[in-house]
Amino acid sequence: MTIRHHVSEELLYEYAAGRLGETWSVAIATHLALCPECRMRERLFDSVGGNILDASAPATMAHGSLDACMALIEANGSQEPAHSQRTTETPARPVFPEPLRGYAGGDLDTVPWSKVGGGVRQKIISAGTDATASCRLLYITPGQAVPEHGHRGLELTLVLAGSFSDGDATFARGDLEIADEEVEHTPIAGMDGPCICLAVTDAPLRFKSWLPRLAQRFIKI
Amino acid sequence: MPPSSDQNRQSWEELLILVAEIQSHDAFAQLYRHFAPRLKSYLMRGGASDSLAEDVAQEAMATAWRKAALFDPAKANVSTWLFTIARNLRIDRIRRESRPEPDPNDPAFVPEPLPSPDRVITAQQNADIIQHALADLPDTQREAVMLSFFEEASHAAIAERLQVPLGTVKSRIRLGLRSLGQRVNCESYGVDP
Repeated sequence: MTIRHHVSEELLYEYAAGRLGETWSVAIATHLALCPECRMRERLFDSVGGNILDASAPATMAHGSLDACMALIEANGSQEPAHSQRTTETPARPVFPEPLRGYAGGDLDTVPWSKVGGGVRQKIISAGTDATASCRLLYITPGQAVPEHGHRGLELTLVLAGSFSDGDATFARGDLEIADEEVEHTPIAGMDGPCICLAVTDAPLRFKSWLPRLAQRFIKI
Repeated sequence: MPPSSDQNRQSWEELLILVAEIQSHDAFAQLYRHFAPRLKSYLMRGGASDSLAEDVAQEAMATAWRKAALFDPAKANVSTWLFTIARNLRIDRIRRESRPEPDPNDPAFVPEPLPSPDRVITAQQNADIIQHALADLPDTQREAVMLSFFEEASHAAIAERLQVPLGTVKSRIRLGLRSLGQRVNCESYGVDP
């Protein structure tokens, strides 16, 4: 598997700095599970943090700070071993890597899909208390075009199975598409099985033709 | 400077290994005296009050004690490792969110390809390369890159502080990060920019 579409420098830096919201971070961390190259880039940005520690002027610690820390250590009990046992049941060959599998509540075969029309199904995923973005799994029938849509903000789409193409570019397992408000795109699912994606947006998708029509039908105009 | 600059003393890595292997209180105290005040300083720059930063710094050092056996000098030097502990605690205790991370023991995790022997680079070398790469950035880019590391410093706040337009801040950060990435690829991994 060769990943061709990676996390941008800006998003990776925000993730390393600990500034990126939890919902966005699910997509980034799941890409990292599949992409050794981006993990290497992330370690580099982590070491910016190490550098900041080295260069920072030491703050004054409270009186008895070390003793208080030692008391915390005594209260917490023993050290963790270098290798810990896995405690949860894991499928032999999961489609969803961790951390996504935990957030989704299981692997692909357990997803309770809802139809949204046009050969597309979805499952909304919640990521803690972070309300800055919405996160969903998408199931797109082979060969199906997702209606052209623009964005009011950022959209991250991570492919987990199958593929889609968008203009000249093809996205397969592990590839991350980053689209901002300037991009209006028409992804088309490949013929190699259903395309399963994780999509994170900071605004509702703005379909050019499809949802408005659905809404119109609903209110019977 | 790490104590290794003095040949009679041990490096931070050696001290941390003593904490893991023989639960040395003395080694831990040396690490604490150096790093706890810096962790507290980092947390305060991120917007925490003095007392909250004190508590989280203590908790970070207690976590370091508990996880000392998990420290892998091939992946990070001690400063970077402690930073990642404090960062994750800050997300948990101050932002009240979790930090999703990949799990190397997960069967779906794609492991690193084995590096060729001439490309093996230590975490300390990586940290040194980053330090030099940061120092070599144009001042305006380095300033924007460093400020944007902290949560309180939104891009808009940075623009106001530096008295430049928002677009300028964004492009300085983008250019700065790109040249850091290229520099490290080039020096660490022999990849052409």
